Order: sequence, then C-alpha cells, then structure tokens
Amino acid sequence: MSLINNFPFTLQQIVFAGMAGMVLGSAVLVVTVKNIFHSLLFLALCFFGVAGIYLSLNADFLAGVQVLIYIGAVIILMMFALMLTHRVMTIRLRQTVGQWWLAGPIAGGIFIILMLLFVHIPWKYNPGAQGPTTGIIGQALLTRFLLPFELASIVLLVAMVGAIVLAKEDKPDDPA
Amino acid sequence: MIPLEWFLALSAALFCIGIYGVLSRRNAISILMGIELMLNAANINLVAFGRFIHPNVLTGHVFAVFVLTVAAAEAAVGLAIIIAVYRNKEHINVDDMDLMKW
Repeated sequence: MSLINNFPFTLQQIVFAGMAGMVLGSAVLVVTVKNIFHSLLFLALCFFGVAGIYLSLNADFLAGVQVLIYIGAVIILMMFALMLTHRVMTIRLRQTVGQWWLAGPIAGGIFIILMLLFVHIPWKYNPGAQGPTTGIIGQALLTRFLLPFELASIVLLVAMVGAIVLAKEDKPDDPA
Repeated sequence: MIPLEWFLALSAALFCIGIYGVLSRRNAISILMGIELMLNAANINLVAFGRFIHPNVLTGHVFAVFVLTVAAAEAAVGLAIIIAVYRNKEHINVDDMDLMKW
C-alpha cells in the first residue's frame, strides 16, 4: 500500500507515458522499416496514439476526427497509391537516399534546439475546466472563423479536382 | 495533471522523427508519411497550448481542424502527383526524379 501512496506519478501521467511511447515507437518504425506497407500500418498505429494524446488533452472532437480522417481517409489513400505503384513495393529495393547519414544529425540537432528552447521558458498555466468541445468548435467555425472555414472548403474542392486531373490517364485519341 | 513540457517534448520528438523520415527515405510515399508525422506533431502542440494557456477559447482546436484539412488535401494532391510520375517513369524514387533539372 505504501508503494502505491508513494508512487510519484498519477494514473493520468502513466497513461500519457504509455501512449507517448506507442506514438514514438511506431513513428520510429515508420521511418526505419524496409517494407513500405508495414511502415504504413505503423503510421496508422501512430495516428491512433496521437488520438489518445488528444483525449488526454480533453480534445474529444479532434480525437474522433483524427481517427476518421487520418486513419479512415489518409491511410487508405496512401494504401491505394502504394498498391497502384506495386512494383516499387514488392521488389526489395534500397529504401534510403545516398545522404541518409546526414538525416540523423540534422533531426537530432533540431530536437536539441527545440528542447533547449522550451525548457527554459516559465510557462504560465491558465487553469480551467474543459467540457465537451464539439459544440464550441462548431460555433467558433461558423462565427469567428467563418472566412477561414469557407476557404478551407475551397482548398478541399480545388485539391480534389486537381488530384483527379493529375491522376487521370490522358489518352492520345481522346477528343476531350 | 500532466505538465505542458511533456506534450512539447513528445511533439518535438515526433517532429524530428518526421524530419528524419523526409530526409532519409527514397520512396516518395515514405516522404509523404514523414510529412504527415510532422503535421501531427504540430497539431499536438496546438492543442496542448490551447489546453494549458487558453482553456476557454478553443482557437487551438479550430486551427488543428484547419491543419487536418490541409493535410488531407496535401495527401490527395501529393499521391496524385506520385501516380502521374510513376506512370511516366515506372518508379517513384526521389533521387532519380530529374525531369525538371535541365
């Protein structure tokens, strides 16, 4: 019993640590695994972990949207692209560029700079309870952020049409 | 209560793993995966700052929704470009893509 009482971390923190470990572990596997299909599946696992992180931040709407859009749409889209370029997937090719050894030091250097940046700042916490966020996000999107909201829909429409035009096969005898 | 620094450290680490993936991978789809990791790290940062600094104004959440939208559009256009390149060159290795280098 004394072990439980003296334990330095709360249950919330232990759950966070578990999910952070899942996110980081699967992210490392995404960038290191040789088979791209496995790497894509680890990316889905990583997105699930990020949804859990959102839940620990009281962002219930974003957690749901993360699962729906990232895992339900982006991963599936990438899976289709991977299947369509299957010859790249099946042959066991070298997966790294020639200068891959430079990537580690660059990424590590940026990580160290970021850590040094934020550990010395005295963050002012603003305590406040957050309830369900979906209604508030909806109201914000249709009042204060109405113009960016409409712009985002235009971006999606243009991206959709552009993707179709880019991926369409142009036949030489096609009159259109 | 989880400290804000834990979230910042997590997103910094995720961002750097994404950078490593973008810089070291050869397949264009793997590079898109690295970009998605970096966008997720930015989203974690936005939501964490929104939770700890301004818990009553959900600007961070709204911005994260916009980032999500742009990420979906970027994935769609990027994969369409990759498929178009694959149709022309029979591979999608970025270190052999030199069509515009003349």
